[in-house]
Amino acid sequence: MTNYALSHLQQLEQESIHIIREVASEFERPVMLYSVGKDSGVMLRLAQKAFAPAKIPFKILHVNTRWKFREMITFRDNLMKELDLDFIEWINPEGIKNDIGPFKHGTQRHTHVMKTEGLKQALNNGQYDAAFGGARRDEEKSRAKERIFSFRDRHHQWDPKNQRPELWDLFNCEVQKGESIRVFPLSNWTELDVWLYVHKEQLPMVPLYLAKERPVVKRNGTWIMVDDDRMPLEDGETPEMKMVRFRTLGCYPLTGAIESEADTVPKIIEEMLRSRDSERQGRVIDFDEGNSMEDKKREGYF
Amino acid sequence: MTFSTQLDDLGIEKYLEKYGEREMLKLLTCGSVDDGKSTLIGRLLYDSDQVHDDVLEATTKASGKFGTTGKEVDLALLVDGLQAEREQGITIDVAYRYFATDRRKFVMADTPGHVQYTRNMATGASACDLAVILIDARQGVLEQTHRHSFICSLLGIKHFVIAINKMDLVDYSQDRFEEIRAAYTEFAARLQVPDIHFIPMSALVGENVVHRGESMPWFQGSPLLDHLETVHVGSDRNLMDLRFPVQNVLRPNLDFRGYSGTLASGVVRVGDKIIALPSGKQSTVKSIETFDGQLEVAFAPMAVVMTLNDEIDISRGDMIAAPNNAPTLTNGVEAMLVWFNDAPMKPGSNYLIKHTTAQTSATITDLRYRINVANMHRETVPELGMNEVGRVRLDCARPLAVDSYTKNHGTGSFILIDRMTNATVAAGMIVERKIAEDALKRRTDSHDAGSNVRLQDKRHISTEQRQQRLNQKPFVLWITGLPRSGKSSIAYELEQRLFDKQKFVQVLDGEILRLGINRDLGFNGADRWENQRRAAELARLNMTMGISTIIALVSPLGFERQQAREIVGDGFHQVFCNAPLEACEGRDTHGLYKRARAGEIANVTGIDAPYEEPTKAAIVLDTVNDSIDTNVQKILDHLSNNGLLES
Repeated sequence: MTNYALSHLQQLEQESIHIIREVASEFERPVMLYSVGKDSGVMLRLAQKAFAPAKIPFKILHVNTRWKFREMITFRDNLMKELDLDFIEWINPEGIKNDIGPFKHGTQRHTHVMKTEGLKQALNNGQYDAAFGGARRDEEKSRAKERIFSFRDRHHQWDPKNQRPELWDLFNCEVQKGESIRVFPLSNWTELDVWLYVHKEQLPMVPLYLAKERPVVKRNGTWIMVDDDRMPLEDGETPEMKMVRFRTLGCYPLTGAIESEADTVPKIIEEMLRSRDSERQGRVIDFDEGNSMEDKKREGYF
Repeated sequence: MTFSTQLDDLGIEKYLEKYGEREMLKLLTCGSVDDGKSTLIGRLLYDSDQVHDDVLEATTKASGKFGTTGKEVDLALLVDGLQAEREQGITIDVAYRYFATDRRKFVMADTPGHVQYTRNMATGASACDLAVILIDARQGVLEQTHRHSFICSLLGIKHFVIAINKMDLVDYSQDRFEEIRAAYTEFAARLQVPDIHFIPMSALVGENVVHRGESMPWFQGSPLLDHLETVHVGSDRNLMDLRFPVQNVLRPNLDFRGYSGTLASGVVRVGDKIIALPSGKQSTVKSIETFDGQLEVAFAPMAVVMTLNDEIDISRGDMIAAPNNAPTLTNGVEAMLVWFNDAPMKPGSNYLIKHTTAQTSATITDLRYRINVANMHRETVPELGMNEVGRVRLDCARPLAVDSYTKNHGTGSFILIDRMTNATVAAGMIVERKIAEDALKRRTDSHDAGSNVRLQDKRHISTEQRQQRLNQKPFVLWITGLPRSGKSSIAYELEQRLFDKQKFVQVLDGEILRLGINRDLGFNGADRWENQRRAAELARLNMTMGISTIIALVSPLGFERQQAREIVGDGFHQVFCNAPLEACEGRDTHGLYKRARAGEIANVTGIDAPYEEPTKAAIVLDTVNDSIDTNVQKILDHLSNNGLLES
């Protein structure tokens, strides 16, 4: 700090804070989407930093699918209470009525109803004109071209060919009634940056990120954790205890674990530096087709 | 990955201490697909071990379907993103890639070579420290090289790497490299780029991208990645001029009032004197707050919360600066504009302008010329089309606190937004204004917001004819000074003397203005400036009628007087009534200072509002030691010496 220079983490942090403050000042009803994952955790800390010593001036929203890991929900509830945040949860009531789940209805239908539709409902319901998300551009190729401020029409759809140019730190915050903007303050962060920041800030994280012996079964070459008794076991399938951890968190039947001994944050960073596999490898949802992510985003998925 | 050796030597804990936080470099790559740009980026990522196995496997699979390299992995496919472009084989937008070495994290904006290149390049370049400009060694410097280089220099990038690629196809010829270098150097003399670096390479084979290779032993310089790791960009930041655009006012409780924002430039310390614009109110910094505790000093680009020792009215869109080094507060902005929209820009149209955290409406009053991006010639045109660059003048509804873009990217840049579609239609870079030229030009253009109407000279009688009839050369005498410094007394005595010389002259002072034409105005910063602006406009009208005007107003701020000078144009003479505050307070016949001291009235110059002594006054009068007659004679001498008292 004495040589008037900022490190890359500090620079990323300042840029994100600037973005969060711009949105809070320019939009009438912003909301921050919180997914309980590491990126959301970092984004939440940045929001605290943006408004300290005042409180975060918008709601924190979790779109739940009822199929998240149990540890995620425990962690979420404790954190929201501890930080005294204005927290709301949304679960698609249609999904509850029809008891939608990945085993009964398949991955695609579950994701569409509980995540994509659930998110749209939650945003319409709250009449939010701006929603923060923790997505990063390095996650996936189609994200590389997404703006920090991603404009959505009345139907929450994204048109990759008609995006607003973004220059300097001047963000166009004008929207018509009913339209909205998704905002990604972590756009320029990488997975490595996120973990370096978690380490630097000593941020609390869901323990599932750290390696531990957990009951898992192998399906389609991926370790799936048996998190509750809603998971039907196939013939001859018995859960075994394995040292595993998760690189991303979502619905437990759709999230693959990796075998790992990394039980501290520095060990996670070390593992990542030496790893030859990308982060989204563990996400069942991305395996469908070459452009699955882009197609989902056009529909309104985050 | 490239981290591994250090990681092995140090172990993770020590490694994190040493390399957990690195420097960040933002760069732009420009060139067309034909130059092998995607291959270069792919090579950079691949050779620096940034490509994960699962991604590589998917790319290898895709190489069979879309690739152009046969059985080899087509590295270009590593960086292709969207479905549409993959099918059409073109890049259509700005894509961002990230990679890191132990030393630095890199953010790489990848922009296309052909379609809409200007818009996309400008977008990518706006955030970058460095540009990698690709040249195909077989083709040499092309028109597109000129385009790319010009846009990068227009956006203020100070470091260029000229990557002369496909050296494998010219037999790694040193002569060819030198030939291209000479041609580019000659061209680049017209750009203002302080640091240009040439590297011969072959991205396809992998020479001089990450590894040196063996094909070009005659090249002594570093490969691209080495250069990117070591190039010094730290001194590009402006740490001289404090500029703090206020994003938001934080009031968590009655005892705390803080201003949040990101320093656009400069350094601020607790205790520093500051001025808030546009109000002109001054205070000192009480504290610099962050989530992680209070700071003694903050610098650009830190995002902080500032508290002040005085309760002055500051809101979002205002600017905090140093009193002795403030930006120009102006409604009129001259700028280079990059036009993004399908519908062409026609002078007279009105848009929203976003500048720092301020947003207001702006009319483009004039399109001075278009720049031909290929050869940099200036062309006179009636409108500006998509992807074209031109110099324009804007008239903003509210004054903006601006600097020139070359001095300050943060306070010298803006975007224009269409009111109907909300599209971002242009990006602008503010140019230092040529004042005399500007004032002259201003007179021919209407300031009528939202209209296409231009001021046409419908008059039959010329200013010269009027001057002849009245037998005089009109002027504007602008007298500034503290309240009770003697401005009005001098003005009215001077009026008498000029009248005696058969001259037609009008005095405008605070009382005349505020009891009549300006009775709708108060005394806050914006109203005070409007009071002066109207006085200047009246004086200008008088000038065209052949009549001289003597204006006696406190007019405390330098930039406001400067604007008055711009409105009037030629014939503006500034007089400074120099009297110290004590002397003025001593003459306090109306009890103004007394009431200000008692806190009964606010915004009294000298007490709770600043007075900036003029540096450009034509005449400085000592109103303490010299009599009114002596001072009036001084002014008459000045007018006479300038030929203004002749018949």
